[in-house]
Amino acid sequence: MRLGVVVFPGSNCDRDCVHVLRHVLGRDVVELWHGDPAIEGVDAVVLPGGFAYGDYLRAGAVAATSPIMPAVRAFAASGGPVLGICNGFQVLLEAGMLPGAMLRNHVLKFQCKPVHIRVESTRTPFTHGLREGQVLRMPIAHGEGNYFAPDPLLATIQESEQVAFRYCDAHGRVVSEANPNGSLNNIAGVCSPQGNVLGLMPHPERASEEVLGSTDGRMLFESLVAWLESRRAVVVG
Amino acid sequence: MATVRIIVTLKPGILDAAGQAVQQGLHALGYEAVTNVRIGRYLEVTLPDGLSPQETNEMCERFLANPLIEEWRFDVSPPRTPRVSRGSGGEARGTKPEARDIH
Amino acid sequence: MRVTILAPEVVGLTPGEYEDICRRLGRDPSPLELHLFGVMWSEHCGYKHSKLALRALPSDGPHLLAGPGENAGVMDIGSGWAVAFKMESHNHPSAIDPYNGAATGVGGIIRDVLSMGARPIALLDSLRFGGFDDPKVRRLASSVVAGIAGYGNCIGVPTVGGEILVEARYRGNPLVNVACLGLVRAEQLARACAAGPGNLVMYAGARTGRDGIGGAAFASEELDERSEREDRSSVQIGDPFTGKLLIEATLEALATGGVVALQDMGAAGLTCATSEMAARGGVGMAITLDLVPLRESGMRADEILRSESQERMLLIVRPHEAERIAAVYRRWGLNAAVIGTITAEPELRITHQGTTVAALPPAVLAEAPAYQPAASEPLRLWDQWTLNALPDEADPAQALLALLASPDIASKRPVYEQYDHSVQVRTVMPPGAADAAVLRVHELAPKGLALTVDGSGRLCALDPRRGARLAVAECAANLACVGAAPLGLTDCLNFGNPDDPEVFWTFRQAVAGIADACRAMGIPVVGGNVSFYNESAGGPVPPTPIIAMVGLVDDVSRAPTMAFRADANIVILVGDPAADLAASSYLEVVHGLTRGRPRDVDFDAHQRVLSLIRESIRRGILRSAHDCSEGGVAVAVAECAIAGGVGAAVVLPGGSRRDTALFGEAPSRVMVSLAEDSAAQFFAMAAEWDVPLTVLGRTGGDRLEISVADGPDRRPILNLMLAELAAAYQSLSEVFA
Repeated sequence: MRLGVVVFPGSNCDRDCVHVLRHVLGRDVVELWHGDPAIEGVDAVVLPGGFAYGDYLRAGAVAATSPIMPAVRAFAASGGPVLGICNGFQVLLEAGMLPGAMLRNHVLKFQCKPVHIRVESTRTPFTHGLREGQVLRMPIAHGEGNYFAPDPLLATIQESEQVAFRYCDAHGRVVSEANPNGSLNNIAGVCSPQGNVLGLMPHPERASEEVLGSTDGRMLFESLVAWLESRRAVVVG
Repeated sequence: MATVRIIVTLKPGILDAAGQAVQQGLHALGYEAVTNVRIGRYLEVTLPDGLSPQETNEMCERFLANPLIEEWRFDVSPPRTPRVSRGSGGEARGTKPEARDIH
Repeated sequence: MRVTILAPEVVGLTPGEYEDICRRLGRDPSPLELHLFGVMWSEHCGYKHSKLALRALPSDGPHLLAGPGENAGVMDIGSGWAVAFKMESHNHPSAIDPYNGAATGVGGIIRDVLSMGARPIALLDSLRFGGFDDPKVRRLASSVVAGIAGYGNCIGVPTVGGEILVEARYRGNPLVNVACLGLVRAEQLARACAAGPGNLVMYAGARTGRDGIGGAAFASEELDERSEREDRSSVQIGDPFTGKLLIEATLEALATGGVVALQDMGAAGLTCATSEMAARGGVGMAITLDLVPLRESGMRADEILRSESQERMLLIVRPHEAERIAAVYRRWGLNAAVIGTITAEPELRITHQGTTVAALPPAVLAEAPAYQPAASEPLRLWDQWTLNALPDEADPAQALLALLASPDIASKRPVYEQYDHSVQVRTVMPPGAADAAVLRVHELAPKGLALTVDGSGRLCALDPRRGARLAVAECAANLACVGAAPLGLTDCLNFGNPDDPEVFWTFRQAVAGIADACRAMGIPVVGGNVSFYNESAGGPVPPTPIIAMVGLVDDVSRAPTMAFRADANIVILVGDPAADLAASSYLEVVHGLTRGRPRDVDFDAHQRVLSLIRESIRRGILRSAHDCSEGGVAVAVAECAIAGGVGAAVVLPGGSRRDTALFGEAPSRVMVSLAEDSAAQFFAMAAEWDVPLTVLGRTGGDRLEISVADGPDRRPILNLMLAELAAAYQSLSEVFA
């Protein structure tokens, strides 16, 4: 099993994701350069956080045009798991691989703090090992995480169970006080209609080791690994 | 050579939190009559042979704006036009491409 | 180049300095050379007024790999790893353009650490503003914070700590001091010492524009005729995206092994980088300005040389590696160009458009004269030490709430939540959690690093030597509270005009105070920065030496926070409980008095207290630890209670005065809490270290109850709900809304 982490110019959580996947989960990890038009030999792709291309124009917009993205799109189309974290989520939105758009945080400021999110869907490779309603604690760190989708689209997303996470309080209640950025309906993460592409604003890689205060984020990566292993078992068996 | 000038703003229905904050600031400075501040992006794109309104519109739709949340308008100026145009009447807006040539 | 007569004053030099230049060169400098002297012999680059005084600072230590004179100090942390550490001021740019001034301050200090070959892993900032009741100050403060966030968050270096203090005299001249810590393999340590004739001088990073040139008075006939000043900006604009690319590309370039030396092009740009690197190596450089990547056309030689465009580095590379290194930068989308060569003859020869525009020994440029300005003790100092009798505090609860809500003490959460403090997955103790930030170093697990920054203009205004001793002592205490032993410190000395004898006396006293403390505790000064001329219409800023200290933690998982953890823990004041109100926050906040002589540090007692704290953390005895400083015991216990959401009932030692018992201040006191079953062990250890302990009470409940032992009655003199305390403590959320 080999996991790929895309490196855009301006990514700044790429090394963190590599660290967690390689040293905490003990997996084979390869860095995927934004300028390479192909991604071969990987079983999952992570688009890390940061400020790809400085987030100039709009967060994630320029990165969505980079040479690697057609390959990421094709990988996703063939059912490959793709995870976008924070800026990676913004890139997936701008690339049209996930529905919706990001606005500036309603508080108009960058927000870095731990939040709680509730698992709303277990149909993605990254959440299938979790329980619906499970509450996870992990940090956010973003200035544009105010999720928006216009009305008909929002209805579709919700009906087709594409909302993967919502901001909630420590008890799992989805309340406005727990919404750190003004996201519509407290949406913290969404997935593609097939479920194999997931984007979320919180940083699971920053909550993957006890010493950093939470291991809730690691469950997403462990879920992915278990999902990939079960699929391999099916293929082999 | 021609320069296309593009203005991208949030759609009217989308909360423009930054615009609201600026409006508050203006009110605080005594400009209480100000009713609606919108913050957007301004882009200048220069091409040797100019751009058709259709092409400009496509550029906005595909990349320069996010059609889910933003709208845009643009006009084209020929080279060496020192004065900034003052438009009157309809501007090219949103998905209805109409370019105004300023002379 | 047209010959123009240029008066030395025009480039900021005195007639005496001009004579000195002529004597050292053996001729008159060309106009362009004079401009180069103007920037290199400026106070900012040349340390003319400070360098003799700074010799008093001890900079030796067993861990020291590189000290003052390098772009950053470097300390060995074991197993082949080292840290680079540096702090700098960006006060004047931040006063003119708060967002960009603060942002480029962050960018500049990051590149200083990068120049040592280190990956920047943490930022700290120490800020001083005028009072927040002034809307202008609030806007300025918000913009400075936004600038730090804008640059630091994008470049991906976590801002893990800092401090903000407020005083009217900073109104016209805020202080923005930024420190950066980097991590480097000891064998990959880079230097800024040019060497090897035949090696190439490579320019890397962003293009050069006219930004940052117009600050100093700069006028010649030629200039006025062209009237290009409108185009110039004395404020540099930072681009954190390019800064991030520069980090990655430079670390990759260093890994090729082909880089001999490197330096950031910051203040005085190409002039400073070429002359300093050549002077350090005792070599020369032949530079062709036509090869410098430019952003604008028609730039003159002096503009190219003095531009302070951001995100640029100068490298000395081996010829056969040059193309490989340039390719690394280009792969990251940056410019890279060979602009010259190293020569054996120590001469900096600069050509532009086929003409030699400067040819002089780099050491003459790099070694500005050193002055010993007049110093005289301010007479007012003594006056301020006397304290008239005040009535005892009638309303201790209101006084405590006022202290908690005062900007210096109040929670800085609305500020640090704007900073990405968790990127790079190292942050064990984020801002606000403990007295010092703690980073794990997974390369050396379970070891980690602790960082803190401290300085008090109020204390230094009242007694600069004691104030500086107290700042160093408090940094060490902050580190001890997370179990860290100090490795070294870097300082940033913010003062007024050094030609004012009172200012300069104060400066020398503060330097002496830092030196006293460093010698007493065995902590080296690994680098530093001096910022003079911090004055405005309201006069000079208070003398403000800021100390940033880094320490080593043996096991980050044992570092306690300041928060009370559970009910029924024992609350203990460690150290001599005696304190008084002289120079205290209480006097300032409640009585509006900045008076009294600060208590001095007894370093022997201080070291014993810190050793006890560190050792008991190592043994896992302490549940919480918090330095007892501004606002005294009452504020310290309130902060521990608010942080943990756990109340406490305590009885304070004290005499007849409640205000002294509650809010009296003294160094070397730490508030700890521990479980009942470890109390005996802790008492035994304290006896062994000869450290006095005072058991204050127990944690528990949702209230803070404080009584005074020898007070007129034994009922609590203060009884407040935690929610009330917490609400007062969050007062800054309105300022930074």
